[in-house]
Amino acid sequence: MSKNKSEYLINRHDNQYEVVIGLEVHAQVTSQSKLFSTSATKFGAEPNTQVSLVDAAFPGMLPVINEYCVKQAIKTGIGLKAKINKRSVFDRKNYFYADLPQGYQISQFKDPIVGEGKVILDMPDGQKEVGIERLHLEQDAGKSIHDLDPKNTFVDLNRSGVALMEIVSKPDLRSPDEVNAYIKKLRSIMRYLGTCDGNMQEGSLRADVNVSVRKKGSKEFGTRCEIKNVNSIKFMQMAIEYEANRQVDLIEDGQMIDQETRLFDTKKNETRSMRSKEDAHDYRYFPDPDLLPLEVSDDFIENLKSEIPELPDEKKKRFIEKFKLSPYEANILVSDIETSNYFENVIKKSDVKLATNWIIGELFAALNEKNLEITESPISAGNLSKLINLIKDGTISGKIAKTVFEQMMEGDKDPQKIVEEKGLKQESDPKALEALIDKVIDDNRDKATEYKSGKVKLFGFFVGQVMKVSGGKANPQLVNEILKKKL
Amino acid sequence: MSDITKQSLSELVENIKSKKLSSSEVTKAFVERSEKSKELNAYITEDYTNALNKAKKFDEKPNLDLKLPGIPMAVKDLFCTRDLRTTAGSKILNNFVPTYESTVTQNIWNEGAILMGKLNCDEFAMGSSNETSFFGNVQNPIDKNLVPGGSSGGSSSAVAAQLTPITIGTDTGGSIRQPASFTGTVGLKPTYGSCSRYGIVAFASSLDQAGPMAQNVKDCALLQEVISTYDEKDSTSIDFKRNEYSKELTKDIKGKKIGIPKEYRVDGMPKEIEDLWKKGIEYSKDCGAEIIDISLPHTNYALPTYYIVAPAEASSNLARYDGVKYGFRAEGENLIDMYEKTRSEGFGAEVQRRIMIGTYVLSSGYYDAYYLKAQKVRKLIKNDFDDAYKKVDAILTPSTPSSAFKIGEKTNDPVSMYLNDIFTVPVNLAGLPGISIPAGHDAKGYPLGLQIIGKAFDEQNILNIAYAMEEKINFKNNITDWWIK
Repeated sequence: MSKNKSEYLINRHDNQYEVVIGLEVHAQVTSQSKLFSTSATKFGAEPNTQVSLVDAAFPGMLPVINEYCVKQAIKTGIGLKAKINKRSVFDRKNYFYADLPQGYQISQFKDPIVGEGKVILDMPDGQKEVGIERLHLEQDAGKSIHDLDPKNTFVDLNRSGVALMEIVSKPDLRSPDEVNAYIKKLRSIMRYLGTCDGNMQEGSLRADVNVSVRKKGSKEFGTRCEIKNVNSIKFMQMAIEYEANRQVDLIEDGQMIDQETRLFDTKKNETRSMRSKEDAHDYRYFPDPDLLPLEVSDDFIENLKSEIPELPDEKKKRFIEKFKLSPYEANILVSDIETSNYFENVIKKSDVKLATNWIIGELFAALNEKNLEITESPISAGNLSKLINLIKDGTISGKIAKTVFEQMMEGDKDPQKIVEEKGLKQESDPKALEALIDKVIDDNRDKATEYKSGKVKLFGFFVGQVMKVSGGKANPQLVNEILKKKL
Repeated sequence: MSDITKQSLSELVENIKSKKLSSSEVTKAFVERSEKSKELNAYITEDYTNALNKAKKFDEKPNLDLKLPGIPMAVKDLFCTRDLRTTAGSKILNNFVPTYESTVTQNIWNEGAILMGKLNCDEFAMGSSNETSFFGNVQNPIDKNLVPGGSSGGSSSAVAAQLTPITIGTDTGGSIRQPASFTGTVGLKPTYGSCSRYGIVAFASSLDQAGPMAQNVKDCALLQEVISTYDEKDSTSIDFKRNEYSKELTKDIKGKKIGIPKEYRVDGMPKEIEDLWKKGIEYSKDCGAEIIDISLPHTNYALPTYYIVAPAEASSNLARYDGVKYGFRAEGENLIDMYEKTRSEGFGAEVQRRIMIGTYVLSSGYYDAYYLKAQKVRKLIKNDFDDAYKKVDAILTPSTPSSAFKIGEKTNDPVSMYLNDIFTVPVNLAGLPGISIPAGHDAKGYPLGLQIIGKAFDEQNILNIAYAMEEKINFKNNITDWWIK
């Protein structure tokens, strides 16, 4: 095995351990209504205002599948280059909890709607393929709120019945960095597809993280622990690091690792045992007799395929081939659909190379500073395009452009107008420049003499002086040419 | 007309349509008789005042084009009725008042019928004698201290005693046909997917089916025509062409091939049942039908299969009754304690027994041996019927292995109680329609029923056969009104 620089290993004494990670991502399906009822799914509504009789499991109420959610799951499957199962089955996962009104969650156990697929990660030392085991549809539970009253628990059923896609990866991930890249890539694909907004703060994307360790070079998997319901990439990474080290310590200490479910305590930065394998729930899965097996036709799938937009991997390839971007630049620009849309809008009418540099450089830095998303950019794609054209046709210099850009960040102003109003237009009239240069040489006779006697380094000084006197507006290229002649 | 309650549904409809009777007169007659019949304990919840008001309102502006114009009717308390308590015969739903209406009952009200009240039944429809109801035993009007069958025992008692001109029940393993047989009435279990399950308290989702219970086949056909609709709110509802069963009813069954399955000749079957069956064969021959011996080889496995599948689904369906959202709650120290107390106190013994069985057969390590195997056998049972229907148009069997038994007689012997369903459960497992018609009496004078099983969606055919045989049998119920003082 060749040692590459991004390999993540845990060293203890003479032993090196590899970390094996698999993720079960729960992604909320973007849809107006729930998986089996017509209730709304909007985030942040008053508690228990988006609850139908079906969601609250009243006697005699029956689930009816939401076709839109099925389409969303299949689209996601297509985006993951996965096998779409024409026949899938909804099962009941039985357990008691106050925020689970039916006493069971409708999920897919044996026959999920989507089978094996893959996700390609762009890591610093090259690409890595992560296998997808399956994707299935299931209902979310409600929310129990324990801290509003010392004796009672409050239950909010707004989430009850909301459609989730559980996306299960193969145990192909080997480091916290790969987990970061995987989650981001998955989120990017789903945002491109419009199937999940990927908003981790609102709980639209959470994951159960399976972690095991093994001695480097070993083919056998170690005993794994599952860390439940981690809701940020940072916490996932911290939890993995803690958990992997905990397991290595146990092994080094000659102890066994118990297969168990653990919780990540974000305050103490540690994982804690939640329940052991012996205490694991027996969910008594069986096919939900209220729902017939879900069958979709080839036409149905083909129609959805035709609705799939260009996805990040294909877009990246196109950007590299068509626009001659570097893989690094392409990666950044395709990472989310809004950025790539912005980029493509800018280059419709302006130079690709300049546009790439300005977006990745100035724009991202400015947005970052103001903590804004690309969709909130004060500078529209059209105006950035204009600015780039002003640079390209020599109307303003790159330096002046930065001043104009700063003003544009204050509000969506037309760069043309800023240049005109502030008189920032580049001076490219040779006669005017000659007069300026003559004056500078005249004012610095001694330095001119020194230059002529061989101190060529002073050329830069003269350029600087000319730019200064012109207020930065002199066309640098012309200044160079004329200065050379005059000196 | 003094004997309003003696009239059949079809007669009442005709008399209201021809304005010989008003809805108020009819409703008042049934309400009065119901009030005099409290000893039968057929009702769990009475809604007489509202019924009389609705009848009055109907008479003010009668719509005589409807199929059930101003007809009063009590229904099994498993159907959710808007603003009227729905208990499923259980303490756990003792005070539950739905804000919604089941599709089947809505269909009935849409055709002009008026709700009189909710009829007693076994708790969550789990029982064959109505003895598991939290609201007490129901008396069979045939004789004192005789069970009316179950689970639709309040329904069968009320129809037989003429407290309601007609009613609806639900049938998961025989809960319409067996009580019909015990009370000398007619009960139809339609094809699975014919009547919507929306708004019916679920027992076993893959088996539950609502159906009509009536004094005669024609009334049964009329009600079936009203309640059977395709419903998008029930994913297992099937969109097929439904007949106007009462209009298309005919006694001409000449040349129909009727199968006699040899496996239904079970060990220890009373001679009077055997004789009844023979009589049934003769009647169908008299009607011009052709009798063909058939085999349904997996019949023996139907009962054990049913007692795995039904409890498995029930154990999950009843998980929602947890004291959290609605219904009965016993206070507890914590969530688990509350669950345990609520469900121990809220459910009766038979329901708890079936939840335990269901939980067991679905548990990991037992699932394959029980639930999965049962599903495979279920498929074989269905295949048996499919094979048989290549040769015959319908199948004739006894409805039950005995006549009605005494209250308390089988309470402590659940297996003997379960055996009551031996002829009816295969029909539910195969999702087929089956009808029970009264065909004779045993030595004690108690009614006995014959069952006609049809092909899926072929309700019209079994109704026709039943209609033809009904005339030949000319059954008369011996009801003495012993409970009216």
